[in-house]
Amino acid sequence: MGLLSDPTRRRALISLLTRLNAPICVVCYMAGVAWFMGLAFEPFTLRTYMSENAMGSTMVEERFPAGERALATGREFSAHKKRVGGMPVDWLVKTMQARGLEVFTQRFSRTLPFPDEDKERYMVKGTNVYGILRAPRAPRTEALVLSAPCSPGDHNNQAVGLLLGLASYFRNQIFWAKDIIFLVNEHDLIGMQAWLEGYHHTNTTGMDWSPLQGRAGSIQAALSLELSSDVVTSLDLILEGLNGQLPNLDLANLFYAFCQKIGVLCTIQGKLQRNDWDSVSGYSHAVQTMMLMVLKQASGRPWGDHGLFLRYHIEAATVRGINSFRPYKTDCTTVGRLLEGMYRKLNNLLERLHQSYFFYLMPSLSHFVSIGYYMPAFGLLAAILLLRALDLWVQLSAAPQRDEDGVTDVEQTAPGVLSILTPLVISHLTGAALYSLPVRFQDVAVEHFPVSETEAVVLTAIAIYTAGLALPHNTQRLLSGEGTEQGWKVLKLLALLYLAVLLGCTALINFSLGFILALSLVPVAAFVTPHIPKLLSAVVLVLLSPACTLLFAVFFFHELQETPVSFHEGWLLYLSVISQGILDHCLYGSLLFPLAALLLYPCWLLFWNILFWK
Amino acid sequence: MAAPKCGLSVFLFILFGLTITTLADGHGSTLTDGQNAGAADSPEAAEPAAERPVLEERRWEATEVQEATSSDAADGKQETSPPQTVITPSVPQPKDDFQEELVIRPLHSGDIYASFQFRTLWETDFMRGNKVSHYRLFPKSLGQVISKFSVRELHISFTQGYWRTMQWGQPFLPSPPGAELWVWFQDTVTDVDATWKELTNVLSGIFCASLNFIDSTNTVQPSASFKPLGIGNVTDHRFLRYATLPREIVCTENLTPWKKLLPCGSKAGLAVLLKSEKLFHSSFHSQAVHIRPVCRDWQCRSMSWELRQTLNAVFDLHTSGQGKREWSLFKMFSRTLTEACPLASSSKIYIDVTDNPEVLFLSFDLSPATSLLSQAVVLGDRRTFSVYDLTQQATFGSVRSLNLLIRWKSSDGDMLRPLLHAERYVAGYGLQAGEIHTLMYNHHPFRSFPVLLLDSVPWYLRLYIHTLTVTSKGKDNKPSYIHYQPSKDRVRPHLLEMLVQLPPNSVTEVTVQFERALLKWTEYTPDPNHGFYVGSSVISSLVPSTVAMDTNSTQEMPLFSSFFPNKEESSYFVRVYTEPLLVNLPTPDFSMPYNVICLTCTVVAVGYGSLYNLLTRSFQIEEPNPGLAKRIANVIRRMRGVPPLS
Repeated sequence: MGLLSDPTRRRALISLLTRLNAPICVVCYMAGVAWFMGLAFEPFTLRTYMSENAMGSTMVEERFPAGERALATGREFSAHKKRVGGMPVDWLVKTMQARGLEVFTQRFSRTLPFPDEDKERYMVKGTNVYGILRAPRAPRTEALVLSAPCSPGDHNNQAVGLLLGLASYFRNQIFWAKDIIFLVNEHDLIGMQAWLEGYHHTNTTGMDWSPLQGRAGSIQAALSLELSSDVVTSLDLILEGLNGQLPNLDLANLFYAFCQKIGVLCTIQGKLQRNDWDSVSGYSHAVQTMMLMVLKQASGRPWGDHGLFLRYHIEAATVRGINSFRPYKTDCTTVGRLLEGMYRKLNNLLERLHQSYFFYLMPSLSHFVSIGYYMPAFGLLAAILLLRALDLWVQLSAAPQRDEDGVTDVEQTAPGVLSILTPLVISHLTGAALYSLPVRFQDVAVEHFPVSETEAVVLTAIAIYTAGLALPHNTQRLLSGEGTEQGWKVLKLLALLYLAVLLGCTALINFSLGFILALSLVPVAAFVTPHIPKLLSAVVLVLLSPACTLLFAVFFFHELQETPVSFHEGWLLYLSVISQGILDHCLYGSLLFPLAALLLYPCWLLFWNILFWK
Repeated sequence: MAAPKCGLSVFLFILFGLTITTLADGHGSTLTDGQNAGAADSPEAAEPAAERPVLEERRWEATEVQEATSSDAADGKQETSPPQTVITPSVPQPKDDFQEELVIRPLHSGDIYASFQFRTLWETDFMRGNKVSHYRLFPKSLGQVISKFSVRELHISFTQGYWRTMQWGQPFLPSPPGAELWVWFQDTVTDVDATWKELTNVLSGIFCASLNFIDSTNTVQPSASFKPLGIGNVTDHRFLRYATLPREIVCTENLTPWKKLLPCGSKAGLAVLLKSEKLFHSSFHSQAVHIRPVCRDWQCRSMSWELRQTLNAVFDLHTSGQGKREWSLFKMFSRTLTEACPLASSSKIYIDVTDNPEVLFLSFDLSPATSLLSQAVVLGDRRTFSVYDLTQQATFGSVRSLNLLIRWKSSDGDMLRPLLHAERYVAGYGLQAGEIHTLMYNHHPFRSFPVLLLDSVPWYLRLYIHTLTVTSKGKDNKPSYIHYQPSKDRVRPHLLEMLVQLPPNSVTEVTVQFERALLKWTEYTPDPNHGFYVGSSVISSLVPSTVAMDTNSTQEMPLFSSFFPNKEESSYFVRVYTEPLLVNLPTPDFSMPYNVICLTCTVVAVGYGSLYNLLTRSFQIEEPNPGLAKRIANVIRRMRGVPPLS
């Protein structure tokens, strides 16, 4: 900073920065992307290790013997489920009671803002059943949760069977220090949301639920179990929760440690770990795994039933059994032993999981990238915005200085407040319309156009988004005079800082989202001026807008999952992703939709406005 | 008050004598609910008759619920009753007496509840000025505590686990999880707080517990919830101190000093069963010591000191292996009984057989069979007990060892729902605010009754008392009495006492919002991420009795006796404790102080400092510094008197 106190050196530094601004920006961008890609390279990452001493050194034995019986219970459950045509509440209550649990039920109902066509539901009514295993000589202050969803069709029967099998085995043990809640939730996330809201007696989303009768204190950790086959080839760990929240890394470590100990194949993002990190294919495998995690996290939606626990500061993950065509299979007993081991170690916890990282990316289950390593990638991208802002600032402050002799010019060059404020206000109003109108006017849309409610919502959203592109025209009409050269510079300066703050905050909460948005929005923000070829840059600007980023992300995601989709399928998926995003916001309070509609889109519109500045 | 009671018991005896074979020899039996319901014997009655062959060998013993004072009076009288194997003390003054008993109640869940009570009664007065130095049955350590700290009453309990009211019914002696201590001091004590501080430290040593962690931040003076249980009508709550330590973990180290207070230790008598390896293999464990002054005789002209040591345990059906519904003394305690404590004037085992209504249809088997039955109204419910008198050699049979065996035949039948129970939880998420919900259930179908709710919340949860709401059945329920003492940071906790009327068959919800305080970094416990405990709230109430509720009683009662609800039985005292709460406070990352210090220093020094410099300094262009050669030349020129170079 001494550098800056010296006017001559300051001038030199500033002139260097302004002169080399464009090259520095390009270098920063390249460096940012390169840094990010380097994160997946194994020598640059850390091995995972158990930070929590209470779970590390203490040995536990896994003795769960009753896998076959659990499967039989699962079959019984499926038969009852089929007969009742939904959740067999009475049977579950009776079965749990017979196993010595305190059993309670919770009814809930919810009408979605518009029909969910993916899961074919609109008016949802259901019941959660949960049994509490009371730990001997514990005062009901701490609990662990094991949950399994009661899914329609033939899914997850084995999960419920194993849950009941574990319940009866756990009940006979003396060593529990925390109560264990065995939860079977109906209508997956909606049921989970109802249960969690009931347990914590909050109501954030306006759902109807009956109050819970039994509680077990503060929940320390939770696992959600998804098993749809009698034998599995591997177990997949799902970490990404609501708004990109992740559970403490120790939970993933725990799962990995027990998979290693018991000898179960384990995957993350459905991808096995490979040992050939030094080969190109090994590296690209790690990149793919990490990119999948980044995309999932950026989407801000819960990728398993565990996702909603994270809001309540409960470390949670979903364990999903995968049955592929590999020859080596793992039976239910082994899965049960794995879960038993995990619960016994969680039971040993003295404190909440807090020792390890909460912000991380995982290129494989055994390696992780901590926040200190991935933040520079984002920082390099965000630096571009600040550099451009500095450049503009210098230009703006230098302009009057140069004209100091000609007093008359000063008055003219100062842009009116109105010319800045108008685009700002109009773009935000468009954003607010994008946020509120699609759901509110779905009835009107259904009346006038031959579409279903869901289509109406999505298409209205897209229509409003597109209509926003006519904004510059409208803004110009509102403004009386011509926009000045100074005018767009001030507006761009403002927009740059706005975007920098916005992306910075987003990246702190959800790095993946912040990074992906920075990748697409930073080039736009950096190079847009009214003086570049209009048509070409307009096309580029639209392609890099948030909506198109989402479209690319959909294709990219399916490419990474090795299920490529055609353009038409991709488009349909894109529409359903938009409707899911809006639903996630209404049902679970996901923040991506409001963030995009109320802040990102208006910010992008400002740049669009600059391009068409007159 | 005693006169109608005597009349009633005499009447009951005549009734029993007429209906069934009666051969009762008066044995003391004491069943208490811990508050004011003692039980004492009726006078002896013996009416040999032999009409009913089925119940021929059954002998009945009627027991009445009486006020504690009168029960003690009765005990005082009963002291001299003949059939006692105890060696009477050679020194007649002052007299002391020791009784032991064990109550076993099979629970509907298949679990089993064992409750030990040991009572030492000493006809002495610690406060009389003359120093008491000769101790026989009464433990000297406690006697010295009483006299040194001028204690009027002392109640201390150590509990591991939470009493599950909905599955187990009401306990004989309720206690909150962790440690609880409440003491009434004599009104001669001038500095109560200092005495309390000293007393807790002494007790901490005696019971090998962390009672020394009791300080002003967790001590309260309840105005209404804790009344003296012994004689004396001092109700000025300046002399009362109440504290709980919900975090206290109870284990063998607390059991050993507790057992040492018994006259026989764990060498003989019922205390033989108290082996820690089985006792701590249970679902619930609670041990307590109660000291109080009681009347020595009927007119209550002088007083005795009563020391009551109780131990309650619930053994779990599932974790005890097999899963067979079968219990025996050996299975519970891995010991059998061979003798009574030789110092005890009475030593008995009671088995609750109320759920065996008919002789022919038993829901469980009891072996060896006993001929002695006893009835008592316990916690508003009329119960029948089989009694085993350990002072009789016949009890031990030919093998000289008593191993009671209870075997269930059927697992059906449902428990009478407890009329009052409560639960508590923290609502909300995030680390800023929250809400404490306390739910109180009144399961009585038609009677409403008032309850006293006592809440003591540590200062670091800042209660917003203006958000206090009490609702039942969706309507606002205005408490008729509220005593609230706001907290002072780092000095004293919140104290909230309320008298609330619970409507029949309803849930009353008490909610109050709070904000979590930021502690100073040295104030955090060594495991701050575990959370901070908030002690149980205490709900005290006189609950209408189920006996009074029972209009078409299966018990054979004459019509004229059952119209007006009997006064003693119409309501009974219950104290219910809710679960303690575990609340997470905003916690810094303690592994980071070094990083934080470094970062802060860097930011302050580099960032803030230079920015401040830039903003406040006024910059001016400095004349370029003349070179050294020029300066020397100028000096020379000045000496020469020539104008200097510019």
